[in-house]
Amino acid sequence: MDALFLAEVTLAGLGAGALYALTGVAFVLIYKATRVVNLAIGEILMLGGYAFLGFAAGLGLSPWLALPLAIAAGGALGWLVERALIRPMLGESPISVFMVTIGLGSILTGVVQLGWGADPLRLPEFMPSAPVFIGEAYLAPKVAIGFVAAAVVIGLFLALFRFSRGGVALKATAADQGAAYSVGIDVPRVFSVAWILACATAAGAGVLVGAIGGISPTMGVFGLSVLVVVIIGGLDSIAGALVGGLLIGLVEALAGAFLGGEFKLVVTFALLLVLLMVRPYGLFGTHEIERL
Amino acid sequence: MRIGTLKTSYAADEALFDSSVQRTLLVLLALGAIAFPFVASPYWLFLACLCAINVASATGLNLLTGYTGLVSLGQAAFMSVGAYTVAVLEIRLGTPFFINLLVGAGFAAAIGVLVGIPSLKVKGLYLAIATIAASVILHFLFSHWSLTGESRGLSMPPARLFGLNLDQPFLLYWLIMPVTCLMVLGAANLLRTRIGRAFIAIRDRDISAEVLGIPLLRYKLTSFAISSFYAGLAGGLWAYFFRVVTPESFPLVNSIFYLAAIIVGGMGTILGGILGAVFMTLVPELLKFVANWATPFYPDALAALAPVRTIVFGGLIVGFLIFEPRGLAEIWRRLRRFFHLWPFRT
Repeated sequence: MDALFLAEVTLAGLGAGALYALTGVAFVLIYKATRVVNLAIGEILMLGGYAFLGFAAGLGLSPWLALPLAIAAGGALGWLVERALIRPMLGESPISVFMVTIGLGSILTGVVQLGWGADPLRLPEFMPSAPVFIGEAYLAPKVAIGFVAAAVVIGLFLALFRFSRGGVALKATAADQGAAYSVGIDVPRVFSVAWILACATAAGAGVLVGAIGGISPTMGVFGLSVLVVVIIGGLDSIAGALVGGLLIGLVEALAGAFLGGEFKLVVTFALLLVLLMVRPYGLFGTHEIERL
Repeated sequence: MRIGTLKTSYAADEALFDSSVQRTLLVLLALGAIAFPFVASPYWLFLACLCAINVASATGLNLLTGYTGLVSLGQAAFMSVGAYTVAVLEIRLGTPFFINLLVGAGFAAAIGVLVGIPSLKVKGLYLAIATIAASVILHFLFSHWSLTGESRGLSMPPARLFGLNLDQPFLLYWLIMPVTCLMVLGAANLLRTRIGRAFIAIRDRDISAEVLGIPLLRYKLTSFAISSFYAGLAGGLWAYFFRVVTPESFPLVNSIFYLAAIIVGGMGTILGGILGAVFMTLVPELLKFVANWATPFYPDALAALAPVRTIVFGGLIVGFLIFEPRGLAEIWRRLRRFFHLWPFRT
């Protein structure tokens, strides 16, 4: 094993990890604001990829116009889902709500299969394809772009949470819904905005993931890895999603390179089990104190 | 129609089937189940066996999720443990099938306890993910271990009873149906014991249960053990039914299927587990009929069958959770109440 190969694998892993982190942030955003575990995040991401394909290839729009449209479609879906499926479930047990999102994932998969067929498809090329070298290590250009885009969006989110009115409202809602209500924060609107932002982000991530690996109705499996990421990081921690995303991306890349592709999933899940035994609420998650 | 229930002894009050109407219905149902194989076509027998296997597994999951409140997405993985154990025993040792089934179920229960150990520390979604992790690891193990035939899987000979090969749905029905009935009865009875009441207390509020003196770890692990015992037994029956066990026989989607079955049927009721499993098994077949019927008008109907099944599956979960959270069992209860005093009062 030489250092260059290791460096390349590490870079590719970090690139994939950035996309995990981005989707993980979308997941955490919903969980933080609404306490809903959205297991359909992988399918929403998939829908983003297909929406991009539909706009770019189906309608023949320029990819640079199709990209914002796909993101907007994701946001619209988020709004619809929150209004139609999640709000009626307010106050129900968490198990019921997360089963609703599983059902939603199944519906989205079926719709995509019905519309585009079950075969994997490729997205139209729209990113520059000049190879990127960091030192001597080669990095696929799409992966590099994915990493940069994810980093920019996550940075934007962090700034938004810290400095904007909406971000503060979101943090207040996450901390204590009742208190947030009483100081005049429109909590239902916060829920709505969180879903719109998160689903738009997931759809954008879907375009990036699809540009790298192609899209197919089984792309929702990506959501399973994202789930591992957020569980390892802690469900309600944005920093956790970042660290967890990069960690899982790295572990998957290393396991894939040195053990073989079929080891990817099993290694990450084994890591997850060990971590759950040591830290039941993830690396940075809030340890909930239960009272009677 | 029944007017009221008058009970004059504690035994009558505690009886599992507490009214004569119920007992009559059950006898009729049992007679129907006995007569069914002699009148039904092999296709319907096949479906009946499949329903029975799914009922057994869903009832197990209902004990864990519906009664103890521990969400598991590993039921299909526990079934695979039972199925593989049965297949390996049948191929390597050729022991009688009832021993294989019991060993398979016992083995699944042991794995279930192992998977359930985190349940004391982690709850809710974290636990569900831990069970997903366990199923990923089991899937990996089965597809890489030479004993379990790696990714090719195992094909096994049929079960034998008195020199008779149980290889037709007609013969297997007599194995699967009674075993499932025993399992369901066992579950219903379990809930009337100390163990069952402890489960329910844990589900309703586990800290309160602990304060009341229920050892959480022991009962949570018991719940996991019983539930995966059921899954293992169902998996063993599944193996004898299909006689090919591959790593892809029990995907994660199947675990979701069982969870969906108890949600649609009604979590925390035995009847719900039965109704939900039967309903969810039959809906895809119903869609197939619709597709066949629609083909003359819409030639691509059969091609659209798989995606439509996926959509309907998701739609049923979402629809029941939003509009009928207590599931089919609640609908049944309403129907029954409507007919209590019918036709004198509606």
